Amino acid sequence: MADHAQSPGNGHASGEEGTRRDFLNLTAASVTAFGVASVAWPFISSLNPSKDVLALSSTEVDISQIAEGQAITVMWRGKPVFIRHRTAAEIEQAKADDSADMKDPQADEARAQKPEFLILVGVCTHLGCIPLGQKDVEPKGEFGGWYCPCHGSAYDTSGRIRKGPAPLNLPVPEYQYLSDTRVRIG
Amino acid sequence: MAANFKNPVIRWIDHRLPVFSYLHHEANEYPTPKNLSYWWNFGSLAGFMLLVMIVSGIFLAMQYTPHVDHAFNSVERIMRDVNYGWLLRYIHMNGASMFFIVVYIHIFRGLYYGSYKAPRELLWQIGVVILLLMMATAFMGYVLPWGQMSFWGATVITNLFSAIPWVGDSIVTLLWGGFSVDNPTLNRFFSLHYLLPFVILGVVMLHVVALHRFGSNNPIGIDTKGPQDTIPFHPYYTVKDLFGLGVFLIFYAYWVFYAPVTLGDPVNFVPANPLSTPEHIVPEWYFLPFYAILRSIPDKLMGVIAMFAAIAVLFILPWLDRSPVRSGAYRPAFKLFFWMLVFDCAILTICGKHAPDWIWSPFSFSIAPDTGQAGISIISMGQLATTYYFAYFLVILPLLSIFEKTKPVPLSISRPVLGAGGAHASIAQAPQQMEKF
Ligand code: HEM
Ligand code: FES
Repeated sequence: MADHAQSPGNGHASGEEGTRRDFLNLTAASVTAFGVASVAWPFISSLNPSKDVLALSSTEVDISQIAEGQAITVMWRGKPVFIRHRTAAEIEQAKADDSADMKDPQADEARAQKPEFLILVGVCTHLGCIPLGQKDVEPKGEFGGWYCPCHGSAYDTSGRIRKGPAPLNLPVPEYQYLSDTRVRIG
Repeated sequence: MAANFKNPVIRWIDHRLPVFSYLHHEANEYPTPKNLSYWWNFGSLAGFMLLVMIVSGIFLAMQYTPHVDHAFNSVERIMRDVNYGWLLRYIHMNGASMFFIVVYIHIFRGLYYGSYKAPRELLWQIGVVILLLMMATAFMGYVLPWGQMSFWGATVITNLFSAIPWVGDSIVTLLWGGFSVDNPTLNRFFSLHYLLPFVILGVVMLHVVALHRFGSNNPIGIDTKGPQDTIPFHPYYTVKDLFGLGVFLIFYAYWVFYAPVTLGDPVNFVPANPLSTPEHIVPEWYFLPFYAILRSIPDKLMGVIAMFAAIAVLFILPWLDRSPVRSGAYRPAFKLFFWMLVFDCAILTICGKHAPDWIWSPFSFSIAPDTGQAGISIISMGQLATTYYFAYFLVILPLLSIFEKTKPVPLSISRPVLGAGGAHASIAQAPQQMEKF
């Protein structure tokens, strides 16, 4: 713009310094950028979970019917949650492995409020498939927990990633024991 | 411009809105190399497929319901109750496959004849953009019938973005509009699936504008040097393109009428179930090579990066292959590596199709679960093939540009190859020569 500053009627005809026109241009550009951003914001935000979706974000479960060694799957926020009533051997194995070499090291103690009931989001941390191992007929993988058939990730009896492409342990959702037999997830 | 039209109505309109002059200029006056082979038919075939997809898609959209409770059934209703609904759907479903076949051949044509080289770099890059848009469109379209593979394909592919450090999970939530692939996801995919083909149409126009700047490349790979090397596009290539279209339609119709579901996955005839992942998640055939590359890398983030890099590398291809000779016909070493790349992509396709721990026995040519038989696992095979894929672009082509001894290139399209005479016609001068147009 400074080039044109010499022509008549352009405010100050100063050579190198900014002119009034430069100031106007910069101001106009910044206000435009701000305007565009503030219009873009609601559009992008509309793509995020809406209030009705967020409202469905907790689930209550009765866990008294799960026999030792068995597991159930419940829905929470459209995703499966695994609740496994672990056997003593499984708990022991999980604790013994605390010091094993792991991608995402975490002690078993930190993963279950009551060691018998392991509660996990049943979604593979690789690309989101549901790992097998909830039913007796399904493979539990090399480490006795879960096995993801999609790209071969294996989880241990604490739901920790031990082998395969998944980077993280199966996440533990927020949950709370309402009584000895009822849990609220979320 | 000023073509003299006999019809007074056309003349009247053209004076005010010069569309006829424009068409005349682009088709009748547009000089085309006279030696184009049938490999040059695939561009117009791709354009035809885009129109077929748009027309069949618009009619499907009139019957389709984008809601998780109704999508699957609305597609079944199209198949059973809507008049010729089955035909519309099979045209659209197999049309996606045909579109990719045509475009992949079109791309390999460009790779072989060096069509990506100066002055057509931008033309090539626009083509890569079209490929990316097509992939996004086909992926979202495949989600619409809301079968098991729709759902789990969508889950796996959207989760690719969770590999991005820090913001990955928020991006995935944003893509989903929830905490898993669900109704909001289906709705927005439908909206975008409707939109993107028209975006593709726009980018195709840019592709054609860029093409008409310097004209088509040709099998010899040297520039046209004057009128003796060219013929008008119309009627010569319109006729040839129409003949090719006829042959192609026979091929297309075979799939639509005799093998309509062969190219698809039977699991997608099972309604989506968010609580159970199918045993093998496989994408449609046209995504298999990229899926194989993704799986070859044992690390999540690196796998995703490699998959996107497989396409990104095409963007910089014009600067990786610096050989002054365009056409593979005059590059003996290049030719060998090129055909190995074609073979390599076939291997990647096969690897993407099978479970990673299966064993490929090269001699019996069987692929089966691991029972201790001799052979190589699908995952290792995929790793080898992925290595070659990247080596071709990042190592082999740059080295060939330096060390390859190319064969003599003819002096012009009209003249036959002259012994030693025309060796290495200088392509570096291409831009100046082209100005003659
Ligand atoms: C670049 C062009 C396009 C491609 C590559 C493409 C690809 C696909 C694919 C692969 C499917 C899944 C087919 C199946 O398994 O049933 C599909 C479905 C669908 N597409 Fe497209 N499509 C394109 C253009 C369009 C357009 C322009 C529209 C609408 C205006 C459209 C509307 C639909 C609808 C409604 C469905 C769901 C019905 C069904 O699954 O058969 N498509 N598309
Ligand atoms: S999604 Fe589980 S291993 Fe890839």
